[in-house]
Amino acid sequence: MIPEIGHFSLILALLVSLVLGSFPIIGAARGNTVWMGLAKPLASVQFILIAFAFLCLVYAFAYMDYSVLYVANNSNSKLPLQFRIAAVWGGHEGSLLLWALILSIWTLAVSLFSKHIPDDMRARILGVMGLVSVGFLLFMLMVSNPFERLIPAALDGRDLNPLLQDPGMIFHPPMLYMGYVGFSVAFAFSIAALLGGQLDAAWARWSRPWTILAWIFLTVGIMAGSNWAYYELGWGGWWFWDAVENASFMPWLVGTALIHSLAVTEKRGSFKAWTVLLAICAFSLSLLGTFLVRSGVLTSVHAFATDPRRGIFILAFLVVVIGGSLLLFAWRASTVGRGGKFDVVSRESFLLANNVLLAVAALSVLLGTLYPLFLDALNLGKISVGPPYFDAVFAPLMAPAIFLMGIGPIARWKEAALPELAMRLRWAFGISIATAVILPLMLGNFTPMIGFGLFLAFWVFATSAELVYQRLGKSDLPLMGRIKANSRSWWGMVIAHLGIAVFVLGVTIVKGFESEIAVKMLPGDVAHLAGYDFTFDGVMDTHGPNYEVSRGQIHVTKNGVLRTILEPEKRLYTVTNMPMTEAGISPHIIHDLYASLGEPLEGGAWSVRIYHKPMVEWIWFGCLMMAFGGFLALADKRYRLKKRAPSKEAKSSKEATI
Amino acid sequence: MALKARHKRFILIGIGLALIGLAAMLILNAFQSNMVFFYTPTQVAKGEVPKNTGFRIGGLVEMGSIKRGEDGLTVNFVITDTAKTVPVVYKGILPDLFKEGKGVVAQGQVGEDGLFVASEVLAKHDENYMPPEAAAALKSAQEQSNTLVMPTK
Repeated sequence: MIPEIGHFSLILALLVSLVLGSFPIIGAARGNTVWMGLAKPLASVQFILIAFAFLCLVYAFAYMDYSVLYVANNSNSKLPLQFRIAAVWGGHEGSLLLWALILSIWTLAVSLFSKHIPDDMRARILGVMGLVSVGFLLFMLMVSNPFERLIPAALDGRDLNPLLQDPGMIFHPPMLYMGYVGFSVAFAFSIAALLGGQLDAAWARWSRPWTILAWIFLTVGIMAGSNWAYYELGWGGWWFWDAVENASFMPWLVGTALIHSLAVTEKRGSFKAWTVLLAICAFSLSLLGTFLVRSGVLTSVHAFATDPRRGIFILAFLVVVIGGSLLLFAWRASTVGRGGKFDVVSRESFLLANNVLLAVAALSVLLGTLYPLFLDALNLGKISVGPPYFDAVFAPLMAPAIFLMGIGPIARWKEAALPELAMRLRWAFGISIATAVILPLMLGNFTPMIGFGLFLAFWVFATSAELVYQRLGKSDLPLMGRIKANSRSWWGMVIAHLGIAVFVLGVTIVKGFESEIAVKMLPGDVAHLAGYDFTFDGVMDTHGPNYEVSRGQIHVTKNGVLRTILEPEKRLYTVTNMPMTEAGISPHIIHDLYASLGEPLEGGAWSVRIYHKPMVEWIWFGCLMMAFGGFLALADKRYRLKKRAPSKEAKSSKEATI
Repeated sequence: MALKARHKRFILIGIGLALIGLAAMLILNAFQSNMVFFYTPTQVAKGEVPKNTGFRIGGLVEMGSIKRGEDGLTVNFVITDTAKTVPVVYKGILPDLFKEGKGVVAQGQVGEDGLFVASEVLAKHDENYMPPEAAAALKSAQEQSNTLVMPTK
């Protein structure tokens, strides 16, 4: 009965979102305040209905209702409760429901925190989000209903893919979806601006915090996924340029461009049409990513053939959303107005270059991800484009972006002077060049790539130091006062940029200095790597809630002193009969020691992989710094919810365009 | 600077176009040199594969074909698409789901002696899942000789 109630609740939600997607938008066009006023209560009702449906599905999972097809396919009675609940988004249907739930949460949030936005704008924004919701709910109800019954009911479920039975599964997908779906807010703001023909500094100030919040979630989500892959797959890698990863990375690249472009739109009134286009692209890529990952296209384009209705619906939905919004953009972009003028050498130019580079990088990832799918779909042969392509493209595209990142914040708006910039940055340049040469020589391995990576990382450190010194050095206030004299969003920018530097440093060091060995080890055997002795103590058999486990023990010593004990595991999930590797990792700020079990060989021996990963944790710490920078920017005073006098808004937007 | 606004705009657009052109060249070049083509064991047997460049092959690991070397790390096995077979050697640790009778994809080069030296072996995701390339190899072999029975995956 409960699944039917959930199903019914989804149908009601569809009706509500249909009204939300039509009346407020028409009302805004006709100036009908009653119709516009519908948006807010409808957003709440929609949220309640979808949340209720979601809870019904959670209930079906928690109480093991195997008469529901989706539950039977993705769960099992032996699965621990936390994974039974995470299994709600372990498959296609449930993850779409999670998507719809998160969309309704964002819609509700916009309706609650938009008192300062004009009524017609708010009505349009919520209306557009309602339309997106219509698409997803229709899709679920027509071709991928999570509440579909299985008659007769299964005795037990087929279990969640063991790869997903990990704490990462509980946090990573919801975080990622919060990011993906969060870009729907920026998208809705942009469509609303196109419909209303109104886009000023105030608009940028309203949409900025939403965009930054979505970007934070996406950053943390990607970081969590990368970390999960690192310890779960047992290959010691943290990024594989896998199509699933690329699907989340493309919206991030465009979203990063978007938050920078929004900054220019708010501060200077420039880049308006470009900002709108980026918002449309960021959301389009989020949609594409969702469907790429969840439709089965990636495992085989012919997955569409098994359920052609699904494939056709997805293609139609993408065409309507992406094509429709781009058409609207082409038609209405001229109404949003032109931006202020700026010189060839100015902060605007640097930000423009950053935007172009990020957009081109996103395009290159798109090409590498979709082209093999296209060829395959047209039966023109099978190819794969692996990490070498992405590595070859990414380094040259990101290097200038990171270099400019050091200059941009120091350059003046509108017009900057190259000689002055050169004067201010000469020390930073000298220090970073020197570090890039000396540090690798001290560490005993100099290659151009290591030198270049270190240069970029220290370039950002040094230019940030110069920037902070200039801002804080000129005052005689006490230090705390000087820190507070700068806005939180400025500090957010500095910290996020430092996060990039920390990330680049981690990547460079781990790529340049990591080492690994694969060996056959009998109990008592010792392997040597990076100055450490890894002694294999043998394997003990035990069992977890729904798996058998062989837990190895490797004690690590350096010069006879015990440093750490690694406990890599080989699990066999009994329901699906799938083996799974669980790496044993000793994380450390300087380096990770990492071991994973291969397979049992004759006579109690195992094949074992051992990795030494210097500074690999910095990669994820850098991502967290970026996210923290985003939070600081959100906490900025000017985003505090206050109803501003309309005359002041108009004035500030006028100033911005001068 | 004493440049007119129009000139400045031209310079900006020029720099932009040059940058994008450069990036496009870089991307297409990298793309072309890093594409890895996929072949079936039947195509390998017919000699349709390139010499001296890497490619991918896919199919099933033939039953009873896995042989481990003395060091415990070198593995010899045979990939089959049910019509033709390719002997493969790989040194390293195999993925969890590498098993006889299951789908597999290997990337590497074929030597003079016809032995495929794999640099990477993929067999992932789950027990019922067949790597798409492996499934395609089986399907095309089946289409070419309808007398063979497709093994259930």
